[in-house]
Amino acid sequence: MHTSKLIKDTPTDRIFLFVLYIFIGLAVLIVLYPLIYIISASVSSPLAVNSGKMWLWPVGFNLDGYKVILQYGDIWRGYMMTIFYTISGTMVSLFITIPCAYAISRRDFAGKKWFTNFMLITMFLSGGLIPTYLLVRNLGMLNTVWAIIIPNAVSVYNIIVTKSFFQSTIPWEMQEAAKVDGASDFQIFFRIVLPLSAPIIAVMALFYGVGQWNDYFNSLVYLQNKNLYPLQMVLRQILVLQDMQQGSATGSTISQSAAQAAFSKEQLVAVIKYGVMIVSSLPVIMVYPLLQRYFVKGVLIGSLKG
Amino acid sequence: MAKELSPAPLPITNRRLQKKHSFKTLKEKWQLYALILPAFLFLAIFAYGPMYGVLIAFKNYIPSLGIWGSPWVGFKYFQQFFSSYYFWDLLRNTLGIQVYELAIGFPLPIILALAINELKTGWWKKFTQTVTYAPNFISVVVMGGMLIAFLDPSTGIINHLLGVIGIKPVSFMSDPRWFKTVYVLSDVWQQTGWGSIIYLAALAGVDPALHEAAIVDGASRLQRIWHIDLPAIVPTMVILLILNVGNLFSMGYEKILLLQNPLNLSSSNVIATFVYNQGLINGEYSYAAAVGLFNSAINAILLIVVNHIARKVSDTSLW
Repeated sequence: MHTSKLIKDTPTDRIFLFVLYIFIGLAVLIVLYPLIYIISASVSSPLAVNSGKMWLWPVGFNLDGYKVILQYGDIWRGYMMTIFYTISGTMVSLFITIPCAYAISRRDFAGKKWFTNFMLITMFLSGGLIPTYLLVRNLGMLNTVWAIIIPNAVSVYNIIVTKSFFQSTIPWEMQEAAKVDGASDFQIFFRIVLPLSAPIIAVMALFYGVGQWNDYFNSLVYLQNKNLYPLQMVLRQILVLQDMQQGSATGSTISQSAAQAAFSKEQLVAVIKYGVMIVSSLPVIMVYPLLQRYFVKGVLIGSLKG
Repeated sequence: MAKELSPAPLPITNRRLQKKHSFKTLKEKWQLYALILPAFLFLAIFAYGPMYGVLIAFKNYIPSLGIWGSPWVGFKYFQQFFSSYYFWDLLRNTLGIQVYELAIGFPLPIILALAINELKTGWWKKFTQTVTYAPNFISVVVMGGMLIAFLDPSTGIINHLLGVIGIKPVSFMSDPRWFKTVYVLSDVWQQTGWGSIIYLAALAGVDPALHEAAIVDGASRLQRIWHIDLPAIVPTMVILLILNVGNLFSMGYEKILLLQNPLNLSSSNVIATFVYNQGLINGEYSYAAAVGLFNSAINAILLIVVNHIARKVSDTSLW
């Protein structure tokens, strides 16, 4: 990075570098350890996991957890719903975000200023949870897939990021020249700008897609029909609610056999637990390293404009 | 591009362009408006619609009468909230978690970015970045599940590890004293790496000549970080600080909702989760909307004040 090779590091610099590497190493370790633990726990015997014998590498290797997950219908229905929500939601988001960002990136667009203000206001003021819920209910979207796809389809922040991309990467002269040649705005947008915008479309698809994949809150608010639940809601039942139910059950007095049954159930849950964490995060985890530079690019374009 | 190829006829081109412009103004304009139409409709309905709906905070909302038809009650629900016994608890919890988060979560990405920036370009630097960014992609539900699993007093790994050094099991999830720490530290774990990206970008813009000159003058690494790198990221820091302080009252409560249980409620009940529970679970729409409005009003005021201070103290501000 720096041209420090020209002049040798002083002793204080060497001590500093030593501390630095320890700091970075520690940071990496803290981030990595829970992730490795989850992977190991998902293929270890529940007894070893719960007793603390398994702390880094798998102990009592078995795939029982994954076998149970494979037969767990709710998870796979949730998976299908999540794929559906992610694809359709991302498409709606892109359909609204990209054209709008292009229009307000045009310096000759008369409506640019008021529309930008119209958007920015919504970043600072909002009606809040309850009025939004009532609106969705009055529109008849409650308990339908539309409630997951539409009401949160657009983030103004993403529109502004996309706008910055258009302004900084697509030469205005090129569009002007096309205009002189008699191209309409639609033609400029579809034939010239869109073909040059693959990077920003990828970034936006990733931002919206990952957001949709990981979201549970909209489903919690808008859906009652369990058949429409996305994966994250199914996970919530397994990871969060089941745990709490058992927590309250152990507090009351229960017969010995019931306690025993609860015990084995608890262990089973513990093993599925780590497996479902992996199964649900797998698509994002696999996609992330390949597309890391796109994600980073998205953050950076956003920071240009503050 | 056309200009570069043929510089001579440029004035003509411009004149022709202007002529065409006035000629085709109407015909051309509608297409750009058509491009913003979906976004306009979306924001008008789903962003401005609820702003109108917030009127129910001043009314006794009865669904069959609609928003406009419901009877006005003025500030009744606001008074009810301010005089309730849980008002100060909610305020204290909301601010407590957010200030705690700001104190730890704000400086750490800066420190990490400065540290990563010192690494030589190579696989180790790349690896560090890939690893520290990764938790950002873990969903809230999985994060909540991890916390509940890891922090379990009898089966969780954290308590097993604490047991090794002789510390008795702590029930992190049901002890109100631990809630805020669990919440903040897990956020730090998830967000620090991702948060450092923006600072790394600012650091990449530092002129290497400054460092070379400083090395020649005998500056140590620490001195160079302090006098060259740090000033370069101050504008970014100010902007993010404004946004963070301005958002003190608009916390992400999806994780809190997952981690909340009756035992830690005294520490985990914040304004946002209260709005959720009152409004959507108990169905007291008007009351919950009033509390929510109070929350966003404070938030907007805070943002304006902080931005004003930032503009006075430094040159950087949001607007």
